[in-house]
Amino acid sequence: MANIQRSGSDKAGSVIRYVVLGVGAVFFLLPFYLLLRNGLSTEADITSPTWKLFPSTLHWSNISDLFSDPAVPMARSLVNSLVIAVVQTVGVLVISGLAGYGLARIPFRYANAVFYFIVATLLIPAAVTFVPSFVLVSSLGWVSTLRGLIVPGLFQAFATFLFRQYFLNFPRELEEAAQLDGTAYWGTFWRIVVPNSAGFIAAIGTITFIGSWNAFLWPLVIAPDQNSWTVQIALSTFLTAQTINLPQLFIAASIAILPLVVMFVFLQRWIVEGVERSGISE
Amino acid sequence: MSVSAPARGSITTRLRGRYDRNLWFAVFVGPFVLGLLVFVYIPIVWSVVLSFFDAHNTVTPSKFVGLGNYLDMIRDASFRSSLLTFILFALFIVPTTFVVSLGLALLVNRARFARTFFRSVYFLPTACSYVVASLVWKLSIFSGVRFGLMNTVLGWFGIEPIAWLSVTQPPWYWLVIVTARMWLQAGFYMILFLAGLQRISPSLYEAAAIDGAGGWKVLRFITLPQLRATSTAVLLLLLINAFQAFDEFYNLLSSSGQYPPYARPPLVYLYYAALGQGQDFGHGSAGAVVLTLLIALIALGQNRVLGLGRRED
Repeated sequence: MANIQRSGSDKAGSVIRYVVLGVGAVFFLLPFYLLLRNGLSTEADITSPTWKLFPSTLHWSNISDLFSDPAVPMARSLVNSLVIAVVQTVGVLVISGLAGYGLARIPFRYANAVFYFIVATLLIPAAVTFVPSFVLVSSLGWVSTLRGLIVPGLFQAFATFLFRQYFLNFPRELEEAAQLDGTAYWGTFWRIVVPNSAGFIAAIGTITFIGSWNAFLWPLVIAPDQNSWTVQIALSTFLTAQTINLPQLFIAASIAILPLVVMFVFLQRWIVEGVERSGISE
Repeated sequence: MSVSAPARGSITTRLRGRYDRNLWFAVFVGPFVLGLLVFVYIPIVWSVVLSFFDAHNTVTPSKFVGLGNYLDMIRDASFRSSLLTFILFALFIVPTTFVVSLGLALLVNRARFARTFFRSVYFLPTACSYVVASLVWKLSIFSGVRFGLMNTVLGWFGIEPIAWLSVTQPPWYWLVIVTARMWLQAGFYMILFLAGLQRISPSLYEAAAIDGAGGWKVLRFITLPQLRATSTAVLLLLLINAFQAFDEFYNLLSSSGQYPPYARPPLVYLYYAALGQGQDFGHGSAGAVVLTLLIALIALGQNRVLGLGRRED
């Protein structure tokens, strides 16, 4: 890598680099700290005219207060978000995984046409389609239902595209060995290809889960009813409300990011690998 | 490889293809294509149709108005100002995020100690949602009151508190909006740049070292040219994402159902036009079509200028 030249002046440069990296790291971690600090403070601590780095006492009771407040459908929203994110992730992995493999491996006369049909939707900015999608989903009667929140998100052209690229580079020898046994596409896919692609599947799965958990515009549009709120909508509603209980809002936000931060710490290696392999930067 | 089915045989054999390949293709790819058709293609076609009709409070076209909705949208000063808002936003966010993420990638790439730690720290905000970031930015860092973090820091220097999000002159809200998005996105683009840096052949740097080139020269004549493809992709992604900005504008600026007249990017405008009180799907659809065309034009233009996808080796 780029550290070939090592001279005296480079040592000074190296120190400067670490100072910049360190200061940057503090700034990047600060918002996470503020979430927790405010979430475990009292209102008086947060609004104190002299800024406090630490709350005077840690109010863990904020958590139980949040879940026992009947005006805040926090538990319900978290469950909704979890159901939506899990179903969408599993669904996208199965639907896009199968489609990507079919496109990469099964010879079909019109496979190219099908591929262009899929890639064309990548050119349409997803968020701009929220008006027509709302029109369709509401005419199906799916407003404020989990179906309305989940089903339209199951068909991700980008995931299919990434799976196809990945399966094109999957070593054919492995599949050929299975096919000599007389195992057809279906069996080869589930018994040979899937078990040997765990890393890539984990990457796409994590990215899908994050996108689904953090989605805002679609749930805002399609789930006006409190029972179908996701955790992002719940937070947003309190954020823009007239009276805000600050510690409660911040502890709710901390809880909302907790699953992703935990997931991120464990699966980061695969996300990075997946992003690198996505071919975006080639 | 020959794909066609044998010439003879019944129609079913031909439909299934050799070794039932067509059948298996349908089993693997069919569900996805069907979903795409129903949930992407049909809505878009429906939306284009609706854009030519008067459709208030209804999703079934009632009165044909031809290009009326389009003309209304283009004449609408607030729609035009939403496009201006996007341009201003893009002018802020695209260059700053580009420079910050490239800078971080260069620094992290050269760090030999604690490299994974720094990479993780800068990448971690990617896991955060815009709603959560907006919350911290609006109510903690940039809250317009004396106890806000930023105003506290300014107070140390004797500067009076600034109402960050509620004044238009000077437009401090841009600083709030841009920094929030930069914090969320920089790490992701840093990863793309890191991947690009890994692919640069070490022999190029060795050659430069032999020639006695160092520091800026290496960056200018080796690293940056080698990162050209990555840079193009990053720029395009930044621009497309900027065009779709919604979450942080909505959460930072609106309060109890109200949204200030300034700083409405196109999607916020469309949200209020189509799903606001009027439920005006005709105009909303026309606006969506205009936006899609604009984005396509910008993407094509940028492609022309920067040559995305051109092979470079």
